Amino acid sequence: MTLLITVFAAVTVTIIWYKNAPDTSMQLGTLSLMFWGASIMWFVDAVVGYMEEGASFFMQDAAEMLNDLYLGLSVVALGLIIWLVILMIKDPHRVIRSLITGTNRQ
Amino acid sequence: MACFLVPASEAVITTVAEKIIRSKEKNDDSNNASSVPKVRFSDKLGWLNKMLWGGSALLAFEHIWHGEVIPVFPFLTAVQNGETGEMLAEMGTAGVGMAVLVTLIWGGMLAASHVIENRKVDISSEEAGQ
Repeated sequence: MTLLITVFAAVTVTIIWYKNAPDTSMQLGTLSLMFWGASIMWFVDAVVGYMEEGASFFMQDAAEMLNDLYLGLSVVALGLIIWLVILMIKDPHRVIRSLITGTNRQ
Repeated sequence: MACFLVPASEAVITTVAEKIIRSKEKNDDSNNASSVPKVRFSDKLGWLNKMLWGGSALLAFEHIWHGEVIPVFPFLTAVQNGETGEMLAEMGTAGVGMAVLVTLIWGGMLAASHVIENRKVDISSEEAGQ
């Protein structure tokens, strides 16, 4: 479930990044690479889990699935927060800088 | 258990490499001016860094969620419970597998960008010949 949610997040962000290309000011490429990196890593984790447990790896009870769903959503939220911090630090449209210095954006 | 530590370690190495290569490329850029714009290798290494750091950070969060990483020494429950051998075995299989697959996929991205850049060079040399 966590892998699925992260893959959906990665695909969605990649589509938005592609639609906005070549404008890279919103750092969407960074966000999509973060989600793709996590998706690849959870995929390997799933393959190792399948090799160890076999088909029972996919048979989760409702409580486990619900926990994985919360985890997946929390992971996406954390990824978005990290991206937001990067965006605020880089401040491509100089919004934060102009707020702090009190100057108007040109 | 602690599989995310392997790609995180790779990320440290590739980040240092990116910084060194970027400073070298800045020196080279001031000497050479290419007519066809190419993506710098340091920028391409940045793609790998973002995948490794992002993936490791999100996986670390998952380990905290499952109680495998704790905020007190020794920080890993596997070490606290005397399962260090199992943890190292997992790092050797899943952790190394993660780092290798991410790097392989990045290699594929490098190959694709190389093909696209060469196509761009061919088109611009054809245009120059006309």
